[in-house]
Amino acid sequence: MIEVKNVYFTYPNGVEALKGVSLTIKDGEFVAIMGQNGAGKTTLVKHFNGLLKPKKGNVWVDGVDTRKVSVATLARKVGFVFQNPDNQLFSETVENEIAFALKNFGFKPPVIEKRISWALNLLGLKQYRKTSPFMLSGGERKRVALASVLAWNPKILILDEPTIGQDYQQKEKLRQFILQMNTQGKTVIIVTHDVEFVAECNPRVMLMSKGKIVADGEAKKVLTDPDVVTKASIVPPQVSQIFIQLSDLGFPKETIDIYTAREILLNALKGKDS
Amino acid sequence: MAVIETKKLTYTYPGGTKPSIRDVSIKIEKGEFVLITGPSGCGKTTLCRCFNGLIPHFYQGELKGEVFVTGLKVAEHPIYELAKHVGLVFQNPENQLFALSVEKDVAFGLENLGMAREEIRKRVDWAMKLTGIYELRERAPNELSGGQQQRVAIASVLAMQPEVIVLDEPTSFLDPLGAKKIFEVIYELNRKLGITVVLVEHRLDLTARYADHIIIMDNGKVVLEGKPREILSSEEARLIGVGIPKATRLYQILRKDGVKLGGTVPLCSEEMAAMLREALKLND
Repeated sequence: MIEVKNVYFTYPNGVEALKGVSLTIKDGEFVAIMGQNGAGKTTLVKHFNGLLKPKKGNVWVDGVDTRKVSVATLARKVGFVFQNPDNQLFSETVENEIAFALKNFGFKPPVIEKRISWALNLLGLKQYRKTSPFMLSGGERKRVALASVLAWNPKILILDEPTIGQDYQQKEKLRQFILQMNTQGKTVIIVTHDVEFVAECNPRVMLMSKGKIVADGEAKKVLTDPDVVTKASIVPPQVSQIFIQLSDLGFPKETIDIYTAREILLNALKGKDS
Repeated sequence: MAVIETKKLTYTYPGGTKPSIRDVSIKIEKGEFVLITGPSGCGKTTLCRCFNGLIPHFYQGELKGEVFVTGLKVAEHPIYELAKHVGLVFQNPENQLFALSVEKDVAFGLENLGMAREEIRKRVDWAMKLTGIYELRERAPNELSGGQQQRVAIASVLAMQPEVIVLDEPTSFLDPLGAKKIFEVIYELNRKLGITVVLVEHRLDLTARYADHIIIMDNGKVVLEGKPREILSSEEARLIGVGIPKATRLYQILRKDGVKLGGTVPLCSEEMAAMLREALKLND
């Protein structure tokens, strides 16, 4: 469980990134943190694994104050996949990249071998095992970074902008993968701008604006509230946009998925026929 | 006249075991807004690197076939000469920014063209205002967020006002409203100044509406090409796994259910909403 209580954070250059954030994320939750560039999303999640420590207020991970433990200790429990994979990758081959953390955590070679194969398979990277991460495309490097974190099986998974550079099919795989991890009891926290992706997952959504949380709730409620959405500099999912434009005809704007939309529209059009 | 033309273009990176793009023959007309999409690793970025000479001059490797950009054969002209005609916004802004302040980064290309100081000032301010970074002009690019860096990278290319702008997922770090505004700016420059735009994107929900021409790549090849409304409503595009805009998808599904909707395929929520309103009225 992650508990954040009245946290303030200011960067050395004076930028106040967090201005009194409080939240609780229970074990096994799936949360999407969204909002404007510079709203403090990445700053907030960097508090979850101790990379940043609050200037004021407290962050506890499973009851442990993050100020009292090292990032290395927290890392075993909280896996963090960065926004830009180039900030994370450094090894000569994809295989070594994944092995690195496993070795540091003291896993035995046969376990390491098994974990590498498992992670490569899961993310469709098997053919790149011996390739340099730097020879891969942006989207592929992103998956290598994810594989290297998943391999040590952290209990809490933080993904900063996981869909960037991913095509539609990979996003669909990522979605199923996240849902699968979540079903297995992992806490998954994503920071994302990808409204369509979130609409398809329907997680708990927290919207941030100017260092504060301005909305917190089910995706289909939060993302279809035009006022809140504009405040957080996002746009509603396209299906909901259609329904918002037709709201004078009595359509429910809280429709974010295409199949619900189909049902509603078929009924409406049939109703008119009879 | 085609502003970009490739003829049977095949390219293999140094040390690569197979070509990253194969037999690509495309024509992009002057003033077009072209969208290039396709699964990750399909060769989109590689193709863009051929448009400003990074391939073959910087990356080397093996290039077969020909690329002409604004009438220049790319293999025979150095990058700095091509840069006068084609501006490229990279996927990762960190690969592009290096100056100590935002405005110096934006001015760099213009200074290299030997432009008069006054004109540089004017262009730099114009580009920074268009992209919403004027307030950041004295900040160091490496201290900015990913989204802000992307704005700087776009501004530095817009400032050059090249004949062709190539953008490789230029707004991936930007929030959706910010991205929408940037696409509107790019679209306006395309319509008003006639700048040819080549945009690489996965997020067609945001961008399909602006395109005159769409190119879908898969596995190094161009597999579908044509008008967005036709291509994006085709079964092939869906099977390749392109992210069809939800409005287009909903239209397709309803048509399959036998619902009568207008003749033009919608590419955005406004078009779909208008079409549904019409259909509901007719049924009254």
